[in-house]
Amino acid sequence: MRQIDPDKVSVILATDCGSTTTKAILIREIEGVYRQTHRGEAPSTVEEPFADVTIGVINSVTEVQELAGRRLIGDDGRIIQPATETEGCDLYISTSSAGGGLQMMVAGVVKEMTAASAKRAALGAGAIVMDVIASNDKRPPHQQIQRIRELRPDMILISGGTDGGGTKHVVQIAELIAPARPQPRFGGEYRMPVIFAGNKDAAPTIEETFDDSVDLSIVENLRPVLERENLNPARDAIHDLFLEHVMAHAPGYHKLMGWTDAPIMPTPGAVGNILQTIAQRQGINAVGVDIGGATTDVFSVFGCTFNRTVSANLGMSYSISNVCAEATMPNILRWVHFDMDERELRNRVKNKMIRPTTIPQSLEALVFEQAVAREALRLAYEQHKEFATTLKGVQQQRSVGDTFSQETGGQTIVDNMKLDLLVASGGVLSHAPRMHQTAMLLIDAFQPEGFTTLAKDSIFMMPHLGVAAQVHPQAAMEVFEKDCLIYLGTCVAPRSHGRPGRPCFSYSIEGDTLNESGEIEYGQIKLLPLGIGETAMVIVDPAKNFDIGAGPGRRVQRMVKGGTVGLILDGRGRELELPETRAECQRSIKSWIAALDLYPEEGT
Amino acid sequence: MGQAYTPGLKVTNRLTHRCRRMLPIKGDVLVKVGDQVEAEQVVAQTFMPGDIEPVNLANLLSMPPEDVVECMLKQEGDRIEVGEPLARTKGIFGAFKTTYRSKHEGTIETVSATTGQVIIRGEPIPVQVKAYLKGTVTGTVPDEGVVIEADVTFVQGIFGVGGEAYGPIKVAAVSHEQELVADMITKDMAGCVIIGGGRVWHEAIEKAIDVGAAAVVAGGIDDQDLKEILGYDLGVAITGTEEIGLTVIITEGFGDIAMAERTFRLLKSREGDYASVNGATQIRAGVMRPEIVIPLTEEEKAHEPEPAHTTGLLEIGRPVRIIRDPYFGLIGEVAALPPEPQALGSGSKARVLEVKLGSGESVTIPRANVELIEV
Repeated sequence: MRQIDPDKVSVILATDCGSTTTKAILIREIEGVYRQTHRGEAPSTVEEPFADVTIGVINSVTEVQELAGRRLIGDDGRIIQPATETEGCDLYISTSSAGGGLQMMVAGVVKEMTAASAKRAALGAGAIVMDVIASNDKRPPHQQIQRIRELRPDMILISGGTDGGGTKHVVQIAELIAPARPQPRFGGEYRMPVIFAGNKDAAPTIEETFDDSVDLSIVENLRPVLERENLNPARDAIHDLFLEHVMAHAPGYHKLMGWTDAPIMPTPGAVGNILQTIAQRQGINAVGVDIGGATTDVFSVFGCTFNRTVSANLGMSYSISNVCAEATMPNILRWVHFDMDERELRNRVKNKMIRPTTIPQSLEALVFEQAVAREALRLAYEQHKEFATTLKGVQQQRSVGDTFSQETGGQTIVDNMKLDLLVASGGVLSHAPRMHQTAMLLIDAFQPEGFTTLAKDSIFMMPHLGVAAQVHPQAAMEVFEKDCLIYLGTCVAPRSHGRPGRPCFSYSIEGDTLNESGEIEYGQIKLLPLGIGETAMVIVDPAKNFDIGAGPGRRVQRMVKGGTVGLILDGRGRELELPETRAECQRSIKSWIAALDLYPEEGT
Repeated sequence: MGQAYTPGLKVTNRLTHRCRRMLPIKGDVLVKVGDQVEAEQVVAQTFMPGDIEPVNLANLLSMPPEDVVECMLKQEGDRIEVGEPLARTKGIFGAFKTTYRSKHEGTIETVSATTGQVIIRGEPIPVQVKAYLKGTVTGTVPDEGVVIEADVTFVQGIFGVGGEAYGPIKVAAVSHEQELVADMITKDMAGCVIIGGGRVWHEAIEKAIDVGAAAVVAGGIDDQDLKEILGYDLGVAITGTEEIGLTVIITEGFGDIAMAERTFRLLKSREGDYASVNGATQIRAGVMRPEIVIPLTEEEKAHEPEPAHTTGLLEIGRPVRIIRDPYFGLIGEVAALPPEPQALGSGSKARVLEVKLGSGESVTIPRANVELIEV
């Protein structure tokens, strides 16, 4: 791989090879600032009859070339490097989720401790975790072995034990995995990569336990002491093995790897990377969500701790029926402001599942689909909160003040009051006919508290920028701020509950375009115009039991960002509680729809 | 642009069907190129390594793991039967010895001095692959499997449950619209692939299971009926391993929906012929749909095939089925293909087409919401 001098980079080309589409973007330095200038896409060509990922890459880059009027593909069919005044690029990078991404099995000794840390390492690296095997997962050994045999992972990560502690349990786990001989997805010639990131004293015995049928890598313990995780060595090993083994078996990747100036990353790993970079640089807490047809990914950075979860069966087409089964139909229908026939709906959901490419034609179908999306996002976020916790098994230092507190290790670190930025991506959020709908979906599903900026990824550019951040952080940051995010606005919402119609908070706003003051009643939501690039100083005085970030009843003053939607003052309380009777619920939803101008009036 | 690509399901009276029948791991291929095989004939077989049973002797005999090796009465590679002594403690001064008798049979694979765990591997598990299709072996992959080819009538369904099944075609409905209810299932349908018309009710499927039918094929099914049959609400469309007593294949979708007339006519024309069916459905990248495959008889092979249909191109005049509400299930033909995206009732903009329905009414539909059908 070539050495890159960031100061000499003025044209960057990035591709993301998905299972169905390959997307290319062009980033150029314009008057000293990096901007995304053009994009192109083409069907991915990983599957037969093409079976060569580079064809899709070339096709998508060709589209960029035509749009930009800049030659990027040379006569030899390769990307032209380095850039001249009129052609080529200085830096070419790529991500990939083609072929179903990276599928892993992880194992640890205690499910809530080392196995959870191993799962965090795998997810953080961008993998789909197929199963977690642990000594205490309540399955008898023969069932665990059966499961290992059934799975066809690309890679296995084993952890367990703290350095210097007992080796017995982690060796026992390896002794189950070794004879089970898990079969890889890619067939006979593939040597299963196994990473051991457990007690370093157990490493020699682990080496003896596995024979030559696996490719064993031993890295630093991911939980060297109970109080600390050390996930990076395991994540790095996952990335290296992903390139060496998984990518090497995907058609055409060998060629592609020779073209790129930085290692190819799994797409979700790259998304996590850019979110971490942005959170660190701006000193904020951020949550990102990508809702797809089959799965929903949630990424969070709170206080420098990064977490990612994949909700494997929460999605809007392939998995829509599962969302309905998990959320239950009454929970979905509470977001719908008119009557619908439940039996008819169940059949519609199943028909969407078996014909996943259809789109809602009527307003009624759109409202229902967005109701399902709220529940899918809510469930995915709940799963994320359960997973993103402080380390379990760590002794807590307690003061006298904690005497009556029931808190133990393993509390979620996701705190909606501390959330500064919420970023949306994925079809149902990105392609909603009105951005107001996207904003409301985010608010209803994630229920941000205090002051939260809402944004969406304009063209799902985060994967590209995630890899770019590794080789050229300045370019990645500038494009992220200026072109990647479309700001929807800011949501202001206090925590706690009150009585409908009673005061929730009063506000006063000062800005260039918006100067207003007033009061929000409990149960009310209000939209004020604050456009893209505009800011305003907002002072909120919550009613005595409501908290907007400084404690119950205490004033908070903040500068807020506008966007395509505006400033949303949400007095519906947190956690959001919808009326129990169907009729009352429909009335509330109708009033909120009207306040945010969510849907065209016809049919509502 | 006057054309667009839209996938449809394959329904044809005659095509040359090729299927690969592969072992999950290497083994023996039992047939050779040129052989004629029957659908239920075994064409390849192998043995999977047996299940493994871990036995933690250190815990069971209350001794340190490092002592386990010395106490073993059998060594790695030895065979052990149920009830046979596996290990014996040294006891105290030669007395009070405790013996552990094996609860499993198999071969001792490993003895660990670190964990005190002994792994016993059970008998190899035979794995057999049937031909599935009555036809000719046209290729073999050494040690892995075969390719079988035959001229067949081929019908792809939209969704199914249950795996491979075999039996003669038996038509139970009088028309493509008639619902399949329990009264229409009779004892003489044992072992048959029963063809219904419109929606199949769960009582009918239950009766078909009772009489021992091989499969039920129908136009539609209600979600609630599917839930009754499976015993749970299906979350994702990855099926084929259900064991409900037969295979169910739905050709059109969920709800009260008639089977496409052409599909019904085609299946009726093959009544009495032996079919191979598979309900396995995987709706993911690399989609897999359920299928009904009926090899042609010699007499049928002599007939001229139906004129070939060009599939995949959406053109004016082509018959289409609407696959999303508010017009779900209606059939019509393409009347216009406006190139510019248009605003839908939902507020979104999308490329659309105009469909002239059988009733004469013309409706505008997003292109994503139709599929091509062959008539």
